[in-house]
Amino acid sequence: SDSKVMTCAAVWRMPKELESGSHESPDDSSSNTQTLELLCHLDNTAHGNMACVMWEPMGDGKKVISLADNNILLWDLQESSAKAVLSSSAALEGKGQLKFTSGRWSPHHNCTQIATANDTTVRGWDTRSMRQIYCIENAHGQLVRDLDFNPNKQYYLASCGDDCKVKFWDTRNVTEPVKTLEEHSHWVWNVRYNHSHDQLILTGSSDSRVILSNMVSISSEPFGHMVDDDELSDQEDQHQEEKIKEPLQDSVIATYEEHEDSVYAVEWSSADPWLFASLSYDGRLVINRVPRALKYHILL
Amino acid sequence: MAEPEAVGSGTGGSPEPGSGTGTSTGGWRRPHGPLQRYYGPSTAEATEAAPDPADINGPHFDPEVFLTKIRSECPLAQLLAREAELGREIRALDSDMQTLLYENYNKFISATDTIRKMKVDFRHMEAEMDDLAANMAAISSSSARVSAALQDRHRRGAQLAGVQALLRKLQSLVEVPGRLRLWAAPGAEPARALRCHARARAVLRHYRHLPSFRAIEDESRAIMADLAQRLRARLRDETLDPKELTECVEMLLQLEEPPEELCEEFLSHAGARLEAELAALEAELPPPAPPGAAATPPPASDILDFVDRGSSAFVGSLCLLAGSYRSLFEGRAGAGPGRLEAFAAALTARYFELLERRLALERGLGDTSLLVRALDRFHRRLRALLELLPAAGAEAGAALVARAARERVDRYLRALQTFFMGCLGDVRQALAAPRPPGKEGPGLPDLLATLAASVLGQLKAVLAYVQLFTAKDVAFASLPYFKGEFCVEAVREGLVVAFVRWLCRTARGFADGPAERGAPAAPPALLLLLARLCLDYEATTISYILTLTDEQFPPQDGARAVTPGPVLCAEARAAAQRLLDHYVQAQGAAVAQMLRKSVETRDWLSTVEPRNVRAVMKRVVEDITAIDVQVGQLFEEGVRRAQSSDSSRRAFSVYSSSRAPGRYAPSYTPSAPMDTHLLSNIQKLFSERIDIFSPVEFNKVSVLTGIIKISLKTLLECVRLRTLGRFGLQQVQVDGHYLQLYLWRFAADERVVQGLLDEVAASAAHRCLDPVPMEHSVVELICERG
Repeated sequence: SDSKVMTCAAVWRMPKELESGSHESPDDSSSNTQTLELLCHLDNTAHGNMACVMWEPMGDGKKVISLADNNILLWDLQESSAKAVLSSSAALEGKGQLKFTSGRWSPHHNCTQIATANDTTVRGWDTRSMRQIYCIENAHGQLVRDLDFNPNKQYYLASCGDDCKVKFWDTRNVTEPVKTLEEHSHWVWNVRYNHSHDQLILTGSSDSRVILSNMVSISSEPFGHMVDDDELSDQEDQHQEEKIKEPLQDSVIATYEEHEDSVYAVEWSSADPWLFASLSYDGRLVINRVPRALKYHILL
Repeated sequence: MAEPEAVGSGTGGSPEPGSGTGTSTGGWRRPHGPLQRYYGPSTAEATEAAPDPADINGPHFDPEVFLTKIRSECPLAQLLAREAELGREIRALDSDMQTLLYENYNKFISATDTIRKMKVDFRHMEAEMDDLAANMAAISSSSARVSAALQDRHRRGAQLAGVQALLRKLQSLVEVPGRLRLWAAPGAEPARALRCHARARAVLRHYRHLPSFRAIEDESRAIMADLAQRLRARLRDETLDPKELTECVEMLLQLEEPPEELCEEFLSHAGARLEAELAALEAELPPPAPPGAAATPPPASDILDFVDRGSSAFVGSLCLLAGSYRSLFEGRAGAGPGRLEAFAAALTARYFELLERRLALERGLGDTSLLVRALDRFHRRLRALLELLPAAGAEAGAALVARAARERVDRYLRALQTFFMGCLGDVRQALAAPRPPGKEGPGLPDLLATLAASVLGQLKAVLAYVQLFTAKDVAFASLPYFKGEFCVEAVREGLVVAFVRWLCRTARGFADGPAERGAPAAPPALLLLLARLCLDYEATTISYILTLTDEQFPPQDGARAVTPGPVLCAEARAAAQRLLDHYVQAQGAAVAQMLRKSVETRDWLSTVEPRNVRAVMKRVVEDITAIDVQVGQLFEEGVRRAQSSDSSRRAFSVYSSSRAPGRYAPSYTPSAPMDTHLLSNIQKLFSERIDIFSPVEFNKVSVLTGIIKISLKTLLECVRLRTLGRFGLQQVQVDGHYLQLYLWRFAADERVVQGLLDEVAASAAHRCLDPVPMEHSVVELICERG
């Protein structure tokens, strides 16, 4: 019969009204639902199920990479995105049936690098040569679920997986993770750096929790004592003052438990750096803000 | 002339002088009374006799009173008699007086005659005396004359005697060179030559302005210089034994050779000997191996032998040297005060270094008593040396002993660790060994008991060995280091605590390390075993070991703070917790992996109508049952949430009747998604959030619950990623029911199992294109048949 599940990918255009900013009243938008405009399909009949599609960051929206089973496909969108042409591809060869689970396009290095995850391994690829540039074997004890590049530090990569951990890697030295977070009690499905304040890490997990962490020590922002210790140490009240000023340590800022079921997606708002959303299996979309105190701490 | 007698014969109690006259009758005595009175009455008489005026002989005689008394008392006849008597007495007295007078007179006459005669004699004698004086003057003058005449000769005599003595001396001086030559000849008696020279030297030096003396002196000096030359040559002779050396140097010193130089030579010569001894010792040591070289062969002789020889040869010689140096150079200007000390310090430092190298060769554990004895001997000999040379490195020696002991303790720690790893290896082997059918291998409790007992036994044995270092008969045990720091720092902290910590760390290592980076993972049974071991350590073993250690190595008061038992216990408990959590995760992951693969590899759309429970579910149940047995061997049952006796039925009925109809009703269509969402959300509102990978408690039920949670949650997540057809859903339904049927009894709270399985079913329904559930009776039937 025709009972076969196939994951495909296509390029769509959002309705103009939404794109330009939703100034309309909510009543209007709910009454006339806008539809997406299909531009083209990414033809994957020869390559298997699509696992992941990535736009070129900072690009003009002409390049898309998709991961299909064990293939990396680089597409060129032509004729104002009406046609997707496969410009280059690479296949991951190895023992057994290898399947990419996730991927991420690095915004650094002129957008020439992507990172992919298959099973417990994280690999880096150069999109110009379509060759592997680094490989983190056994990055996680179990399946790697998601990756994200630090938007401000070019070699930093976060990964998460079924071993309930979130790991931060320096891709120049892949033998050991720079940092490991073990806050979730089930698989971590998503990890996201805040776009502008890369110490803020958002993770979503099938333990129904969303955790916002503050990884100050590995962020691009100055960390540690900038003030000379000697200057302030002599007086008691000054010392206390200093304590207040002390930068925050790496810590979990908040655990959001609004979801009743597994959280499968978390994402920062691209407009407001303090806003994020999470989506769980039961269809609940939760939008949260970074706590005000932390926001001021970071800004001031 | 009679006066003395009169005085002596007083009537008082005064002692009688030896003359016979004193004892004569009272009549003789009476007249002396007044005389006596004149010379002062004896005090005795004055007090003794009361004045009696009637006593005719008394001094206080009063004639009137006497007469009155006589008259009044006596009758006439008596008076007459009295008168007559008195008259008689008076007459007698008168005659006595006359006699005495006469006698006195005669005596006066004779005395006068004598004096006169004497006068004549003296006159004669005076003339003779004058004669004598004249004669004496003559004699003395003539004697003076004689002596004046003899004086010259006497002087010459004395001079001659002096000259003779001088000549004798001179002769001996002249003989000096000959004698010196004789004695100083090679092989003769240089000591006598030296004595001779020492005697002659001062004189020669004094008279050296005289040519002849100078010749002698020069000659003898040449001889002595020659002797000195020879002695020096001898000094440089390598074969000289220390005694000869000392003699030699002593003689040279007497020859007034510069002590500085001699001191130098002496030390260098002795130094060469000692160096030779050190070299002999060093020859026994293999050359310092370059790093990375293969293990050097074990030394030929044991450490005790080495130390014995080292102390008898080197330390003995050094003692001898120090002694003779003291006697030779003490107080001499040339020998600086610190010279010997510096010399000895340098040598002992080398000796220590050699000994250290030798000790380093004691690689294996060998015989600790031998080592202790060797160190003891070393320490004793060193103490003897230190009494002579306080600066020869007492601290260095003590430090060496302490270091050796510490090193040995460290080695024991490593040996213990190796032993433990060996035991673990045995356990792993026993766990991995294929069991012959029908024959059960050793159970986990047996393995655990064996492991714990052998490790504890080994630890005790090691403590017993280490205790040798602090035995009473060992000299260095009285060092403060061994009393305090060694017990606390080295043994308690460095050995016992370090071992326990290492054990916990190693155990943790099995949980932390391998799963991450691809190293071969420890078998789950080993994790379980180690978890139990750590838990046992926390409960009893640690406190037992620490008590034992504190008994055998009593810590001193005020010593450094030691790691308290509770801290170690906490570490052990943390390790146990980590291991058990890891066990749960590993086992859970194994089961989950099985479930995941089974879900992912199956085509759920085109599956046929379920007739059986899938094999993988049976396998899951089997595995979990096996885990249950495994955990049950080592951990207690644990508490299960109270359930009604018919819990499975009840749960089953809840599962099937109260909720299932609503969910799986044929009327259910995707067009009414709100219902299901509402339902599941409401259900979740009332159920507790389940943490999947959460710490477990130390009991079987908790462990099993953890594993089941992990497995079922995986099943849930995997099902959600799939798209199912109708029969796919039904298969999930059957599988879920089967699991429910067999897994509830393992979990602490069967509602957890049930809740998760409900979610699996609900998710499957969500993901189903044609959600038509199977009749419950059929499901039940299939499960029972399976």
